[in-house]
Amino acid sequence: MTDTNPNIEDVEAFRLRARAWLPDNMPPRQEGVGHFRDFDRGRELQKRLYDGGFAGVCFPVEYGGLGLTLEHQQALDEETIDYAMPLVLNVPTFTIIGGTLLEFGTEAQKQRYLPPIIRGEEVWVQFLSEPTCGSDLASLAMRATLDGDAFVLNGSKIWSSGAHAADYAICVARSNWDVPKHDGITVLIVKIRQPGITVEQIIDTNGGDEFCQEFFDDVRIPVENVIGPVDGGWTVVRGLLAHERNAMGNASPLSSGRWLTPTETGRSDLMELAMTSGQSANPEIRQLVAEDYALRYVQDETTRRVGTGMASGHLPPTAGALLRLMGARAGVRRSDIALTIAGSSAAAWHTGDPAGQMGSRYVGRQAVEMGGGTTEMQRNLISERLLEMPREVAADRGVPFNEVRHNAMPARGNKG
Amino acid sequence: MDLDLSEDQEFFRDTTRKFLESEIPVERVRKLADDPGGFERSWWRRGAEMGWTSMLVPEEYGGGSLAGEGLLDLVIVAEEMGRLVSPGPLLATNVVASAVAERGTPEQQQALLPAIVSGDVIATWALCEPGGRWQSDEIGVEALAKDDGFVIRGSKEPVEAGGQVDQFLVTARTDEGLTQLLVPADADGLTVTAMESLDLVRRYAALRFEDVFVPASAVLGEAGNAAADVERQLQVALALQLAETVGAVDRIFEVTLEWMFDRFSFGRPLASYQALKHRFADMKMWHEANQAAATGAACAVQNRSENAPAVVSSAKSYVGDHATFILQECVQMHGGLGVTWEYDLHLYLRRATVNEVQYGTPREHRERIARLIGMDEETQ
Ligand SMILES: Cc1cc2nc3c(=O)[nH]c(=O)nc-3n(C[C@H](O)[C@H](O)[C@H](O)COP(=O)(O)OP(=O)(O)OC[C@H]3O[C@@H](n4cnc5c(N)ncnc54)[C@H](O)[C@@H]3O)c2cc1C
Repeated sequence: MTDTNPNIEDVEAFRLRARAWLPDNMPPRQEGVGHFRDFDRGRELQKRLYDGGFAGVCFPVEYGGLGLTLEHQQALDEETIDYAMPLVLNVPTFTIIGGTLLEFGTEAQKQRYLPPIIRGEEVWVQFLSEPTCGSDLASLAMRATLDGDAFVLNGSKIWSSGAHAADYAICVARSNWDVPKHDGITVLIVKIRQPGITVEQIIDTNGGDEFCQEFFDDVRIPVENVIGPVDGGWTVVRGLLAHERNAMGNASPLSSGRWLTPTETGRSDLMELAMTSGQSANPEIRQLVAEDYALRYVQDETTRRVGTGMASGHLPPTAGALLRLMGARAGVRRSDIALTIAGSSAAAWHTGDPAGQMGSRYVGRQAVEMGGGTTEMQRNLISERLLEMPREVAADRGVPFNEVRHNAMPARGNKG
Repeated sequence: MDLDLSEDQEFFRDTTRKFLESEIPVERVRKLADDPGGFERSWWRRGAEMGWTSMLVPEEYGGGSLAGEGLLDLVIVAEEMGRLVSPGPLLATNVVASAVAERGTPEQQQALLPAIVSGDVIATWALCEPGGRWQSDEIGVEALAKDDGFVIRGSKEPVEAGGQVDQFLVTARTDEGLTQLLVPADADGLTVTAMESLDLVRRYAALRFEDVFVPASAVLGEAGNAAADVERQLQVALALQLAETVGAVDRIFEVTLEWMFDRFSFGRPLASYQALKHRFADMKMWHEANQAAATGAACAVQNRSENAPAVVSSAKSYVGDHATFILQECVQMHGGLGVTWEYDLHLYLRRATVNEVQYGTPREHRERIARLIGMDEETQ
């Protein structure tokens, strides 16, 4: 961040201070424990970091951060590698939301919203997708109507991960229907728990409930909650997506702590499964376990390469799409490997047998090809932005949104 | 290409590329296909002046690298050679140079290193044995202690540049274990037979050792205790091989991408079809991953990381599978042109295919990974 602390602490001094503080204040890392979106645990861990003076390392001092540099954050990441960290808050709260607010928020918004984020008190999610749009996000149909000093929101958001346990959302809505789709979008800060917003949890194929759908019924959002210009919100969305790609390449200075890289986790669950199920001498299974190991290694190196490439400017920000595609393809391959290793135990298993999870993992396999933009959209991005191949023909380019054929055509009886 | 090269390395890459482009463009490589050696000694000496043989050799013997990380400099050469499917025993000679530099006696170093650095002596590593055997526990060539030396018996194949070199480093087995011996190409009892090979300019030979006697001073490192040295040589070889493959794919990806813009069907460039764009997106991803893996492996070997064995095998198996896959996709994108002798693509596919299966196939390296990461240990 540009706003660094004038009396900046030396990186090594900072590192040593963290090293001395951590053992008595942070619990040990326990990979895979707790729900994937255990926000309460995240809040508690972040609060501890804050109390110890290790939260918001790269956030400016005036918003509750430490105003230090990426090198400080990296030193902290290294020191905390064996400790439980509020990793669930990295995406989207710290990196995507924090980054977007810093880049596009008004002074008042930054003063109000950044400090509680850094203290771990307020957790954010993203309200982007709708029942009628996902890949083509700019064709969204959440209606934002200006009424005095507030926008009135009507419509629905969907697939928002963790919304039931979060406090705020960045919400993208349509404020002008008479202009081409990108030109009538407004981005707003929305408090999730308030009259008019109904949050329903959606059960995914594995029985998990991390997804939500929200129904907006005449929800009044004060105009001071608008991020960026009214009708000009698409710039903010693009900035938000850039922060997301940065976070994926481990290149965001705003994250706090990092996941173990695939090679650092050492023994994989798949190897464990192969060995405990007595298949460690089966040549075919050994091939698959080793393939998984190699894949994790290569994924790890690719993240490093693309992440540093984006940070140094050798690669454009859209290169993040490579990481998303790779992560998705690797995830899919790993589900397939898991199913093969589990064999018939994926279909019928004794209670408690870890092989039993591999079937449902396989059934939910495609989720990794969708979250954060589908792999098809990543391929469009890579071919069109990185390789500069011609853009796909779009039937809606330059056409006012209310004249475009889309999934939320008012004529077909939708409310939006 | 490593995205993190220093200015010196960038400069070195540029000069290497210019040298190769002017001295040995692909048309020259095609001509060398009919040359029994596949490369010219005089050309190799000039390459040696460019630093191709000095990176892994200490300064006292005329070697030296850009900034003390010789392997990371040398992979730049390997990659550039891959881009032009260049001939020359880069991998072969450097693996021996590095082994002698790391493990040789002062006499061995003095005898070999200055001559390797100048390009006057060319060496190769005789590791692999008939039947695709290359792993430490598969070595069958015997070295029997006799008088004040060893008698070597058995066969080595394929040996890169085996018919062209002056010096072999032979990995053999004594009763105690692996033993490595420096054997001159003109040793009595050694027969070298040229083999056919897929690559147009990379030659392989079969070596037959019939009671070849070498003095004890020919032992490199410790007799019976060379397993760690062999592993190290394998890693150096793989790092160079990976870089070369990545360079080859890099060039073909570039060429094929251009072709997609130039070739039209149904009134539009091929690059405008989503079905093909998506295949390019996948190729781009695999190619970035290949480059990341090759760079990661080179760094692990350079730094002697603890996990270097599993890392190089990970990179080797991944790149092995994906490099040839990308190249075959590129053949398909070219239509009929892609399967002609006239078009250069097959030169690259040949090189990448050879690299995929030399020093272990992807499958064999996965088996090695399974062993290295502890699949043979007892479960708790
Ligand atoms: C695990 C997970 C977490 C998520 N978290 C969030 C969240 O927190 N917040 C949020 O707002 N959303 C979230 N999403 C939603 C996600 O962003 C969307 O599902 C995704 O963008 C796809 O949109 P869609 O479901 O509407 O599918 P559609 O856009 O209708 O796409 C259907 C299919 O058509 C393909 N397709 C569409 N357009 C093209 C094109 N131009 N070229 C080629 N193929 C195309 C798509 O790739 C897909 O295969 C999440 C989804 C998942 C699975």
